[in-house]
Amino acid sequence: MNHLIITPILIPLLGAIVAVLGGWGRIGVQRVISLLTGVATLGCAIALVDVAGSGAIWAYNVGDWAAPFGITLVLDRLSAMMVLLTSAVSFLALLYAVQGQDERGKHFHFLFQMQVLGINGSFLTGDLFNLFVFFEVLLLSSYALLLHGRTKRRLKAGVHYVILNLVGSGMFVLGIAMMYGLTGTLNMAHMAARVAELPATDAAFVQAGAMLLLVVFALKAALVPIYMWLPSVYSAASAPVAAVFAILTKVGVYAILRVTTLIFGPEGGVAADIAEPFLLPLALVTLALGTFGALASKELGRTIAYLIVASMGTMLAAIGLYTAEGIAAGLYYMLHSTIASAALFLLAGVITSQRGELGGKLLPGPKLERWSLLGVLFFTTAIAVAGLPPLSGFLGKVFILDAAVDQPDGFWVWGVVLATSLLAVVTLAQAGVALFWRNDTEQTPSPAPRTAGRVVAVVGMLGLVAAMTIFAGPLAEFSAATAEQIAEPSTYIETIVPSVEETK
Amino acid sequence: MEALIAVAVGVLVASGIYLMLRGRTFPVILGLALFAYAVNLFLFVMGRLTLEGAPILREGMETAAYTDPLPQALVLTAIVIGFAMTAFVMVLAIASYTDLETDHVDGEEPES
Repeated sequence: MNHLIITPILIPLLGAIVAVLGGWGRIGVQRVISLLTGVATLGCAIALVDVAGSGAIWAYNVGDWAAPFGITLVLDRLSAMMVLLTSAVSFLALLYAVQGQDERGKHFHFLFQMQVLGINGSFLTGDLFNLFVFFEVLLLSSYALLLHGRTKRRLKAGVHYVILNLVGSGMFVLGIAMMYGLTGTLNMAHMAARVAELPATDAAFVQAGAMLLLVVFALKAALVPIYMWLPSVYSAASAPVAAVFAILTKVGVYAILRVTTLIFGPEGGVAADIAEPFLLPLALVTLALGTFGALASKELGRTIAYLIVASMGTMLAAIGLYTAEGIAAGLYYMLHSTIASAALFLLAGVITSQRGELGGKLLPGPKLERWSLLGVLFFTTAIAVAGLPPLSGFLGKVFILDAAVDQPDGFWVWGVVLATSLLAVVTLAQAGVALFWRNDTEQTPSPAPRTAGRVVAVVGMLGLVAAMTIFAGPLAEFSAATAEQIAEPSTYIETIVPSVEETK
Repeated sequence: MEALIAVAVGVLVASGIYLMLRGRTFPVILGLALFAYAVNLFLFVMGRLTLEGAPILREGMETAAYTDPLPQALVLTAIVIGFAMTAFVMVLAIASYTDLETDHVDGEEPES
C-alpha cells in the first residue's frame, strides 16, 4: 500500500488546520504556512503524475477496509493529471492572494486550503458517496471564499449560487440513492460491474439515476441550460478566488467523463452510452451562448466568466464525440483553458485594481501604471484564451477539429468552434481597446500597491501556457494515453475490485 | 409501508419545490429543508424496508430478517452535511437581508 495517493488530501488539510490554529490573527504566519502547503502539494502531485504516467492504476483503501466496503481512493492518469492542474493553478493563485487579497476577511488561507482539499479529493475518490462528500467540502469552501471580503455584489451572487448548489446536492444524493438501491454498492468500479449485469426491467430506474447524476455534474460544469449562475458568481469573486473557481467547473467535466466512461459507458448494459446523444449538441449550444454572452458583456470579469462558459462548451464538445481522439483533445484543451482563464482572471484583477470606481467596466478610464507591460500580458493571454497561434489554445483547438473531422457531427463541431473562435477574438479585442487605448486623460489611476508581486503570478500562469505549447508533444501523448486508459474501464474495475465475483 | 413512504417523499418534494420557487429567502430555505428531508428519507429506504431486521450479522444468527446498515450510515452523513448547509444558507440570508435591505433572492425588490 502506497500512501502517496492520500497526500494531496492530507497536506492541504494539515495546512488548513495549522494556518487557522498556529497563525491565529497573524497573517504573515498564515501566508508562510499556506505557501509551504502549496509547494508540498505541488511536489506530491508531480510525483503522482510520474507514477500514473507509467500506466499504473493504484487503489488505496482508506483505513485498510477492502473495496467495495471501505472508501477507496484511485489514482489513474486522469486523476493524477487533474490533481497536478489543481495544485499548479491554486499555487499561483495563492501567490497572487498573498499580495493583499487575503487580508480583506478572516481565515482566507484556511478556506483556500480546504478548497484545494475538496477539489483534489473529488479527483482521487473512487466512491460515489465520497465524491458527494468532497463536493460538499469544495462547495462550502467556495461559498465562503466567494463571500470573502463581503460586498453587496458578492452577497447577491452568493445567494443564487448557494441555493442552486444546495438543490444540486439534493439531486446528487437522490441519484446516488437510486444507484445504490439498484446495484447495492457505492464503489464506482464495483457499480460499473453491477450495472453491466442489470436486467432490462431495471432500465428505467438506472437511466433515471444516471440522468440525475449527469444533471448535477452538468450544473457544476455550467452546461446549457444550467449555466446562468456562473457569470455573476465568477465576476463577483476576487481575482485569486475566481482563478481557483476556474478549476471548479472542471470538477464537473471530470465527473461527467468518469461516470460516462466507467459506469455508463459502452459496456453499461441497459444504461450504455447514456450521455452520447445529447452531450455534443448541448456542448455546442453552450459554446455559442457563452461566446455571445462574452461579446455582450460590458464588464471585464463578466466577459472572462462567459469565456469560461464557452471553453466548457469546447471541451465538452470534444469529449462528447466519445472517441479516443476526441477525449484526448478535450483533456489537452481542458488543461490549457483552465490555466489561460485563470491567468486572465488574475490579470483582470491587476488591471481593475488601478481603475478605481470604474472597476472592470469597459469604459474609457485613466491610463494605467505600467501600461505597456500590462498591455503585452493582456495581448498574450488573449491570444491564449481565444486560441490563436502560436500558443497552446490554438493547438488544443486543432486537436479538437482534427478529432471531429471524420465524425458524423464533424460539420457542426467545425462550424461552431471556428465561428466562436472568431467572435472570441473580437470580444477580447474590444475589451483590450477599451482598457488600454481609449484613455480618459483627466482621470488619474488609483494607486495600486505591490503590482509587481501580482504580475509575477500572472507571468507564472503564462509560463505554464508557454510550457504547454513547448511540450505539446509529450502532453498530447499523455492525454492520448489517458483517453485510452479511460476507454478501457475493465483494467480499472479489476484493479479496484479484484474479486468482483466473490463479493456478489 | 412502501406506499406510505412513497407518498411522504412525493408530498415533501412537491412542497419543497413549490417553496423553493418563491421569491423570498425564508420560504426558499424552508423549501430546501423539506427537499433535503425527502432526499434523506429516499436514501434511507434504499436498503429496502424490513421490520425487525438485524443490521449487522454475527455467527449463528438468523439471517432471514436482515436490514442493510449502509443507507443508515449514508443518511447520517447526508443529514450532517444538510444541516451545516442549511445553517450556512440561513446566515447568508440574514447577511444579505441586513446588507441589501431586502429578503428577495435577487437581492433587490422586483419592479411591479
